[in-house]
Amino acid sequence: MENSLTTSARWRQGLGAAWPICLGYLPLGIALGVLARQAGIDPLGIGLMSLLVFAGSAQFIAVAMLASGASVGAIVLATLVVNFRHLLMSSALAVYLRGVGPGFLALFAYGITDESFAVNMTRFRSGDWDRWRALIVNQAANAAWVLSTVAGAFLGELIPAGAFGIDYALIGMFLCLLVFQLRGAFHLFTALISGVLSVACYLAVPGDSYVVVAAVGAASAGFLLQRHKRRGRR
Amino acid sequence: MSMAFADYLFLLGAMGAVTYLPRWLPVFLLSRRPLPSWLIDWLDLIPVAVLSALLAPALLADSAPRALNLGKPELLVAGPTLLFALKTRSLGGTVLLGMFLYWLTGLVL
Repeated sequence: MENSLTTSARWRQGLGAAWPICLGYLPLGIALGVLARQAGIDPLGIGLMSLLVFAGSAQFIAVAMLASGASVGAIVLATLVVNFRHLLMSSALAVYLRGVGPGFLALFAYGITDESFAVNMTRFRSGDWDRWRALIVNQAANAAWVLSTVAGAFLGELIPAGAFGIDYALIGMFLCLLVFQLRGAFHLFTALISGVLSVACYLAVPGDSYVVVAAVGAASAGFLLQRHKRRGRR
Repeated sequence: MSMAFADYLFLLGAMGAVTYLPRWLPVFLLSRRPLPSWLIDWLDLIPVAVLSALLAPALLADSAPRALNLGKPELLVAGPTLLFALKTRSLGGTVLLGMFLYWLTGLVL
């Protein structure tokens, strides 16, 4: 299957899958660039951060912590905690990367984000997707992120906040990808449990643990229910 | 920022390392051996759980300070956007419709 596509078709389809992510990154990246500038980080500095870290929420936290004079250790620890959720996404993606060489995996892993994960998992599951197009999605999203953060640092103040409803781009994308993932009662059950857990945890516990706690809890609940039902049928 | 450029680079390197490790370790370890079927079943539910966990607070809660809010424009727009996604199954169309409706509520409210 991997060899049946021409290079240009692969690029076209990869970029076609990536554009909603890039659109959604634009307002976020610009906002981060503006904040970084206010914290005294120059455009090169924020561009390097986007390139070396490539993790939106962690970068927002790091910029805020730098502005308030936090220590390097505290910033690195916060980054680790916020990005721990990628452990789950990387595990789920591994199912579709069986037997792939370590070089490709090292490059691919760099681009695993909430957004690229959601897009690539949906495509992989549909059966019509391969690791090269998935890699193009990851790298296109990275390029859009680096460019929009640098653009924000240069000219952010000129762009009115909330223009064209672009702040809704990522929410809209996640909503649609959620619809794609709802394949039956167990998935619907898991989604509902996860939403309730996530809001409860978001309100009760400061920080970003709510994604990991809710996802692990809800997937486990859905899994146990599935097991229980299957056993009952036998 | 009062930090010297070399210190700043060191910070970025450390942030990059702790971000990269959880992204890389599972794909590296789990793609090399066959996974047990229970783990595959569990991982099958992870995407839907992650998406819902990311979305729910964005639709139902204020961020500063954190509080439940059932009247957010994000939630109002989510209804028709979700219906459109169910009906058309078009990712690009859903994103654009969501943006348009959100922009519209900003004008009206």
